[in-house]
Amino acid sequence: MSAAMAAVSPAADTLLNVERLTMRFGGLIAINDVSFVAKRRQITGIIGPNGAGKTTLFNCITGFYKPTVGRLTLHGDAGHTYLLEQMDGFRIGQKARVARTFQNIRLFTGMSVLENLMVAQHNKLMLASGYTVLGLFGWPSFRRAERDARDKAVHWLEKTRLIGVADQPAGSLPYGDQRRLEIARAMCTDPIMLCLDEPAAGLNPRESADLNSLLLSIRDEFGIGLLLIEHDMSVVMGISDHIVVLDYGRKIAEGTPLDIRNDPAVIRAYLGEDGQE
Amino acid sequence: MTAVPSTSAPLVIQAAKEAAWTILVVGLLSFLMVGYQTEVLQGQQMSFVNRFGDVIWAMVLIPIGRFLLVLARGGLLLPPAVLGGIATLYLFGAAVLGLAGSPLYGQLPLPYDQPMVNAIFGVGAVFILAAAIKGQRDRRRGAQTLEMREAAEARQARIARNMSSILGPILIVLAIVIPWTPWGDRAVVDSLVLVMTYVMLGWGLNIVVGLAGLLDLGYVAFYAVGAYTYAKLSIALGFTFWESLPIAGALAALFGVLLGFPVLRLRGDYLAIVTLGFGEIIRIVLINWQSFTGGPNGLGNITRIDFFGLPFERNPAPGTESFHTFFGLEFASTHRVFFLYYVIIVLALITNFVTIRLRKMPIGRAWEALREDETACRALGINPTNTKLTAFAIGAMFAGFAGSFFAARQGFVSPESFTFIESAVILAIVVLGGMGSQVGVALAALLLIGLPEVLRDLSLYRMLVFGGVMVLIMLWRPKGLLAYREPTLLLHGRRKRNKAGVQS
Ligand SMILES: Nc1ncnc2c1ncn2[C@@H]1O[C@H](COP(=O)(O)OP(=O)(O)OP(=O)(O)O)[C@@H](O)[C@H]1O
Ligand SMILES: [Mg+2]
Repeated sequence: MSAAMAAVSPAADTLLNVERLTMRFGGLIAINDVSFVAKRRQITGIIGPNGAGKTTLFNCITGFYKPTVGRLTLHGDAGHTYLLEQMDGFRIGQKARVARTFQNIRLFTGMSVLENLMVAQHNKLMLASGYTVLGLFGWPSFRRAERDARDKAVHWLEKTRLIGVADQPAGSLPYGDQRRLEIARAMCTDPIMLCLDEPAAGLNPRESADLNSLLLSIRDEFGIGLLLIEHDMSVVMGISDHIVVLDYGRKIAEGTPLDIRNDPAVIRAYLGEDGQE
Repeated sequence: MTAVPSTSAPLVIQAAKEAAWTILVVGLLSFLMVGYQTEVLQGQQMSFVNRFGDVIWAMVLIPIGRFLLVLARGGLLLPPAVLGGIATLYLFGAAVLGLAGSPLYGQLPLPYDQPMVNAIFGVGAVFILAAAIKGQRDRRRGAQTLEMREAAEARQARIARNMSSILGPILIVLAIVIPWTPWGDRAVVDSLVLVMTYVMLGWGLNIVVGLAGLLDLGYVAFYAVGAYTYAKLSIALGFTFWESLPIAGALAALFGVLLGFPVLRLRGDYLAIVTLGFGEIIRIVLINWQSFTGGPNGLGNITRIDFFGLPFERNPAPGTESFHTFFGLEFASTHRVFFLYYVIIVLALITNFVTIRLRKMPIGRAWEALREDETACRALGINPTNTKLTAFAIGAMFAGFAGSFFAARQGFVSPESFTFIESAVILAIVVLGGMGSQVGVALAALLLIGLPEVLRDLSLYRMLVFGGVMVLIMLWRPKGLLAYREPTLLLHGRRKRNKAGVQS
């Protein structure tokens, strides 16, 4: 099994292989020939100044945009590979099991916190309810599936310390809670890769430290790969195993946090031309 | 108030710009439709009569309305409030005089001859007035703190929930016993059959609009499909109502899927326009496919509803039984009406029950999630097209049932019963009821359909009452009569939640 997988992909721990990705909007090249590899059980940080193309990269990976050029290969469980650039948006969540959060939080604000987490388990529950037909008659296997889904939701609510507000409308939560809820919701889809777009934005230092430990525990307990866009350097540098730096759509550096901290090209990109030594 | 002068100059300019555009649009739209009237002269000849005066009036009045509306929305409230109020009173007053046949009507300076057309412009004036009132209310609310507003909202939601849980059972019991009370005479029960039909249609459309958030302006098309399905099955193949009921529902659902498949990729306004078009297409097909649908004359002689095989006939054919002979009763025309009433109550309650169940199913939660945020649904791996299609198909199915009931009640169907106005009325019931609220929809149907029925003697004023009720509800409760949302499952139970709600 592992031998077969090794034959398919060069490195068995490769989760996502981004090859020569380019995304053009009319005349604007938002991503320009970017290649990198994200590994299982690792947090891959994506950093770069505003407008560098980070969110666009996520939108390509999760099927919201069709890349102009390039290949995105996801190596799933049991040796399945998915070519993400060829898949419909929702199938990437459903089949390839890539989950994401959004830079400007997108919760189902009118629904309760618990319901948000139940909706995340839609595909599983839909099957269990016999596409609603069995569910309408209260079939036992559906009731069991519903109970399991609820238990999973409760597990994530406890982990994100939202259990007390489970029945409140998601839109009524404070900002930091909403950010954590969005992560919990993404995790309820049982992803093998989780893409987080600026999860620490707007958090206070304590919440931000909490977030670090949450993300680390997701990596270690579930063994999934994380892609993390973040401006807050204390988060990225603190928990990333590997960092990719984008600037004007190009990859300008890649390496461990230590490498990145000392990379002259990165310093230049962040401080502007004036900051050049 | 101090902020207004500094911002009002650009606002006036913007309003003027929009008004100028409106002149152009109104001119283009009304030039052909209003500007020329075709008249059939004796024989085969047709001639055009021009009505440019009417076009000019529209090109003057509508842009003025637009100008005032933009001002009101921009926060300059006084002129729109005063002018809108005066225009409302004047136009409606004149329309009432005109409808009453008062000679005074001829003396008043009015843009149009027909009272109803003036009344329509009066409705426009109401919108301006409403925008001004809403602006005033928003300004007052702006002065409140966030907590005060949230507390007020929570209180409203709690009242709506309590009202619903009390009113719901009361209404059901009332509906069931009313034929046996002194008020339950034939005319009243007949009107209630109509009201219940709209309650059912409202509940059906609520699945599409209230739960899934898809603005469907052509819902009446599925009602028509159901009605004509039964009509054809009954006339051509001799099917009874009960035999064709499931077929009518299935066929309407199939139409829902056929329509939904190409159009459900569209969002918001675009979807509304396409569904509106679809409703009209169905109606036009019904008018023009003479050989199959009977054209504008419709189809008559549809078998009336029967009591599970026993017809309601005074003189049953020899050798057959009728309802009253079988049960040894005196023949009474109320038998059929009462039976129709209980049939529509059962059909409506089934719609309600299924909706409530569906809301707690994964599919129902996905509908609501889709209404809240389609992008987030996609990211969670939910197939938006399929999810919307099921909402569309199930909503259509209930319209199909209702349509087939309609045909069995009337014994006659024609395209006239399935105009856009019907879709608009059903949508109004859903929106005014409070989107997603089952009891609210029932109340709105009672108000919008029942009240005009009660006022039947006032004949022509009925439509004014209808419009007036709608405007009042929108002013008084912009979110609908009973707008609230109950979570589909609770972790901590109701009591704890209430307490948490009060504390926070
Ligand atoms: N749908 C689109 N159409 C046109 N241009 C787009 C689109 N999406 C993104 N862009 C452009 O692509 C560039 C990269 O945007 P992107 O949102 O990926 O930046 P980012 O790195 O996420 O920035 P930030 O840190 O501010 O979130 C920007 O110049 C943006 O204007
Ligand atoms: Mg971004």
